[in-house]
Amino acid sequence: MTKVTFIDASGQSRTVEAQLGSTVMETALRNSVPGIEAECGGACACATCHVYVAPEWTEATGKASQMEEDMLDFAFEVRPNSRLSCQIKVREALDGLVVTTPGKQG
Amino acid sequence: MNELSTDVVIVGAGPIGLFAVFELGLLDIRSHLIDILPKPGGQCAELYPEKPIYDIPGFPVISGQELVDNLMKQIHPFGPKFHLGEMVERMEVLGTPDEPLFRVATDNDKTIEAKALFIAAGGGSFQAKKPPLAGLDAYENRSVFYSIRKMEHFRDRRVVIVGGGDSALDWVLNLHPVASRVTLIHRRDAFRAAPHSVNAMRALVAAGAMDFVLGQVTTLKGENGQLSALTVRKEDGEIYDLACDDMMPFFGLTMKLGPIAGWGLNLHENLIPVDTAKFESSVPGIFAIGDINTYPGKLKLILSGFHEATLAAQRAHHYVYPNKKLTFQYTTSSTSLQRKLGVS
Repeated sequence: MTKVTFIDASGQSRTVEAQLGSTVMETALRNSVPGIEAECGGACACATCHVYVAPEWTEATGKASQMEEDMLDFAFEVRPNSRLSCQIKVREALDGLVVTTPGKQG
Repeated sequence: MNELSTDVVIVGAGPIGLFAVFELGLLDIRSHLIDILPKPGGQCAELYPEKPIYDIPGFPVISGQELVDNLMKQIHPFGPKFHLGEMVERMEVLGTPDEPLFRVATDNDKTIEAKALFIAAGGGSFQAKKPPLAGLDAYENRSVFYSIRKMEHFRDRRVVIVGGGDSALDWVLNLHPVASRVTLIHRRDAFRAAPHSVNAMRALVAAGAMDFVLGQVTTLKGENGQLSALTVRKEDGEIYDLACDDMMPFFGLTMKLGPIAGWGLNLHENLIPVDTAKFESSVPGIFAIGDINTYPGKLKLILSGFHEATLAAQRAHHYVYPNKKLTFQYTTSSTSLQRKLGVS
């Protein structure tokens, strides 16, 4: 089973099981992980599922698309490892992925 | 003060609020819609106009905007009155539980009296996202603005605009002739805005008429609600203070329940509990339909909202026409319904 770890802004960490093919955002919502709002329901239209991908995982998750970069303009405290979690699909290669949620989404 | 009256006021002009007009109209109930957005359609139009929706019965696929356009066409025969770009601020109960009467007031100096209220406010009203900067609240409406009502406020002031979308760029260009200096701060050297606005901004920067800073604001400085400077972390890591009088952050919109929270309705986690026969709240005459309501088994689906609007309209008939018996009719066979729709 693929696992994803979410660390919140205070440093608290939670590891949950993720279904292959679902998004990191969906994984968070399904497991009631706090810190991800996903107001638009995954349409890449709100920037309230912003996460920071752990540095050792940024290569595996890849870069944000142009549309995602545009949406990240509406997120706060954007860093080079910022992604919208609705745009990261869980694959076997991402087993063990670690992301941090920001202090504020919307 | 503009004083109006109607049968039902619908708060929220998203797909469910729009369809409520149709179901009310079939029962000869007139309605007014109020929405904080400048256009009808709610989330469908604001968040995902081009995204396909696959679970609207009878439409294998339809985009958010197409659905809104179709609904507008469908309710056209009933001539609903729209109050767009306005937020309902206050609600007064004027009537009794048996004979409800309400008065709502918008932030545009308008009041509307109605025998029933349909709250179809979805996830709440769209409001500007506030950046997580310490002490922000204290500066709001004096030195920090999310929209502009009076351009004159900015005359001869040093204005910082934060963001890279159309709102940010539009205000850079509009305020540039008024302010003493305009600075645009954005996290990257790419903009999600009309190319001609971006070009106009770049030309001003090239001519030395305004500044563009690649970076993010980290701290607000000032006192008594008046900013004196912003601490900016530039993309290259440099941190410095930028003197300014006003800041306008443009980080898009988010949904907040807003003033409805203070209307005395029972709420459950910012949702309005309703019964599933009438979709009425704890206050007789106030209905909640669509994403804003909750009940056992609730699904936040547009198709569920359509059903909710239909049953709520049946109950609203009781309040609007207390002495009239309601007979159930089909649009396919009833000539009286077809006359209302203008097809017979």
